[in-house]
Amino acid sequence: MSSKLKVLIVEPSSIIVEGLIKILNGTELFHFLPPLTDVQHLQERLSVSHPDILILNPTLLFPTKCISLFSFFNDNPKIAIIALIYQYVEAKVLSAYHGVIDIRENSGQIATILLEAQTVLREAVPSSESYELSDRETEVLICLAQGLISKEIADKLNISVHTVNSHRKNITRKTGIKSVAGLVVYAMLHNLTDK
Amino acid sequence: MRGFFFSENMKLADLISENYNLILMLPRFGIPLGFGDKSVADICKNHHIPVDFFLLVCNIYSFEHFIPDKMLISSIDMNFLLPYLLASHRYYKEERIPHIENHLQHLIEKSEAKYGKILLQFFNEYKEEVNEHFRHEEEQVFPHLEALQKGNSDNSYYIRTFVPEHSNIEDKLSDLTRIICKYFPGNILPNESIELIFDILQFSDDLEKHKLIEEKILVPYVAYLERRIQ
Repeated sequence: MSSKLKVLIVEPSSIIVEGLIKILNGTELFHFLPPLTDVQHLQERLSVSHPDILILNPTLLFPTKCISLFSFFNDNPKIAIIALIYQYVEAKVLSAYHGVIDIRENSGQIATILLEAQTVLREAVPSSESYELSDRETEVLICLAQGLISKEIADKLNISVHTVNSHRKNITRKTGIKSVAGLVVYAMLHNLTDK
Repeated sequence: MRGFFFSENMKLADLISENYNLILMLPRFGIPLGFGDKSVADICKNHHIPVDFFLLVCNIYSFEHFIPDKMLISSIDMNFLLPYLLASHRYYKEERIPHIENHLQHLIEKSEAKYGKILLQFFNEYKEEVNEHFRHEEEQVFPHLEALQKGNSDNSYYIRTFVPEHSNIEDKLSDLTRIICKYFPGNILPNESIELIFDILQFSDDLEKHKLIEEKILVPYVAYLERRIQ
């Protein structure tokens, strides 16, 4: 087994698939499984080839209705799933993914998005022993308590807005607190705001 | 009535044993306790409440999945809708919230000043938001409803711009229970803290029902009146 991350692309356009592979091959971080053009045999393929990262065109999931997004994510908790979009997709839908690649994305950024998605996934998988916030999540929480919005936090910590939002989701899942004002109280009660 | 879960021939007492939360809305209709074994129809008649409307509210309050259709909405006497909604607001503003605030104040007085201040600030922000929400309804939506019921249309407001969404307000309320339950130092007034949490949970459930009544009665009814008047 190589130490490269296994990537499966599910996308109907061969232009896009070829392009994506070409761009990412330059980094030598990834190993590409034979791509799929639709989701018909996706589930079988996943169970055989165990990719680390799945790049998926979200529009493929809906018309078929064969796989519900929610159960799909639940059934595959170890795969970082990235939406590959070239038109408008509802933010609510995208928020379920671990990362988003927009077709207009700067080619140098794409590998980073894949790697960030992996980090998000690792922190999202609830490990039985801890509901403690990770260091990164604590940093994001402190920024929130200082009144920064997601965009500002992304700039400050040098990560994408999507990653910030994933951290925020994890913070809410772990603490059970949804509102920003509530998170501020949480941060204060844990003496995180004095720093 | 067709499609309804509770009907006018049932005893009010039976409705309440089915869903005890209905007790909360009796004062909003001006129905005192001590109603004996009278039927819903009789009680409504005695208190000059349109029985269909009373049942509509009870059914929405009790059966989450019940959605009244347009025909039903347009056929019911809705003269009690506005007084009902105003009475609900009054109950939240003048009784429920101050009650929770009193409890909270107690807890805050006994806690370390630093923690108490944070909690108080959080609650005050919540209260401000909730009052703002009620104010918006009372200043924009309710007068619009009143005008339409009198057959006037000012054309300056349309119900489709109204969002009964209280999500942010609800989030804060649930955050408050979690903070007190999980993260606030628990050794201060343990019994009162538990009572407080139950009070907040009950308030939050009631607000949820209030939202349903706005979504399922107020919005479609006003939309119906707007269409009719044009």
